[in-house]
Amino acid sequence: MMNIALYLLIAFCLLCLIRIILGPTVADRVVAIDIMGILVVGICILLAEKTGRSFLIDVGMAWIILSFIGTLTMAKYLENKKLNE
Amino acid sequence: MKYIAYFILCLIIWFLLTARIYLENIVAGILVSGITTLFFGRYFIEGVGKFLEPKRYFWLLVYLIMFIWECIKANFDVAYRVLHPAMPIRPGIVKVNVTIRSEFGKAILANSITMTPGTISVDLIGDTLYVHWINVFTDDPGKYSRIVSGRFENLLKKIFD
Amino acid sequence: MSDILFYLLIGTGILFDLFGCIGLLRLPDVYNRLQSATKCVTLGTCCIAASLLARYGLADFGLKALLIIPLLFFTSTVAAHALARGSYKAGIRLWKGSVKDDYSKAEANEPVKE
Repeated sequence: MMNIALYLLIAFCLLCLIRIILGPTVADRVVAIDIMGILVVGICILLAEKTGRSFLIDVGMAWIILSFIGTLTMAKYLENKKLNE
Repeated sequence: MKYIAYFILCLIIWFLLTARIYLENIVAGILVSGITTLFFGRYFIEGVGKFLEPKRYFWLLVYLIMFIWECIKANFDVAYRVLHPAMPIRPGIVKVNVTIRSEFGKAILANSITMTPGTISVDLIGDTLYVHWINVFTDDPGKYSRIVSGRFENLLKKIFD
Repeated sequence: MSDILFYLLIGTGILFDLFGCIGLLRLPDVYNRLQSATKCVTLGTCCIAASLLARYGLADFGLKALLIIPLLFFTSTVAAHALARGSYKAGIRLWKGSVKDDYSKAEANEPVKE
């Protein structure tokens, strides 16, 4: 049961990869990468439940923060501004 | 005042993260929270004293329940638009005025607008909020500002002003 | 009882994730994709975290899963706002079927920060 859920989430990550390959502009690709990060957090939570190790949830938490910083940096780059504004 | 509130918030998050209470844990938590407060306490929100009144927490609870309900509704709305073969969307960017004074309240309002059905906040200049709306079915500013922000604005005014 | 809730929440979460990814593939421009993807995928992952809370209660797993939910809400909404604004300023126009664009007027008279 848990395995099926994990395979489905990995398949959704592949759908995001299709958008990254097709995406006509840079912004499309950044959106797809952001969404893929959130899906990976879901995978982390399910893995923690399956293996019984709670530190995997901490990995997911760190993943949220790092993906957020990356997306914000790309948004500022698109806006053509410095990071301290 | 601001620094004390920030310190207590840090300590609560630390104990939620570690989830066990013994002596070393408490000492390390107080140390880490103190260092964090020293560096980042000045960026915390102004006017924390307002949150000592219990009335605001009651409205916060009402707001949370309403927010979760709107969120679930938003998801079914998006699912309908995505799965429909003809994709019934009429996107556009509309202008909405906000009347909340506090900066933090404005930020929370923009976040809630992003999670409610069919709208996403694009920019906030002064008191004007620019909202991308997936289904612009009316052209009347009063009507759509009531639909976009009216549901949350009164509640948030009671919480933050 | 808690097991039924657990599997129900995981199923709902995966269904919403699927809707978000289909929206990411089908909708026509960046802003619409951002709408569908941010809302559906965030609520889907929050459902998965809440399922852990339903099964284990407020113990070790549950507390951490509870901490993930507000973190995910704040970061994903702020990232969506920043990306929408950034892609507008980068010159990506709205889809040709769009009805209204108030932001183009505002951008012209925005004061320049330097």
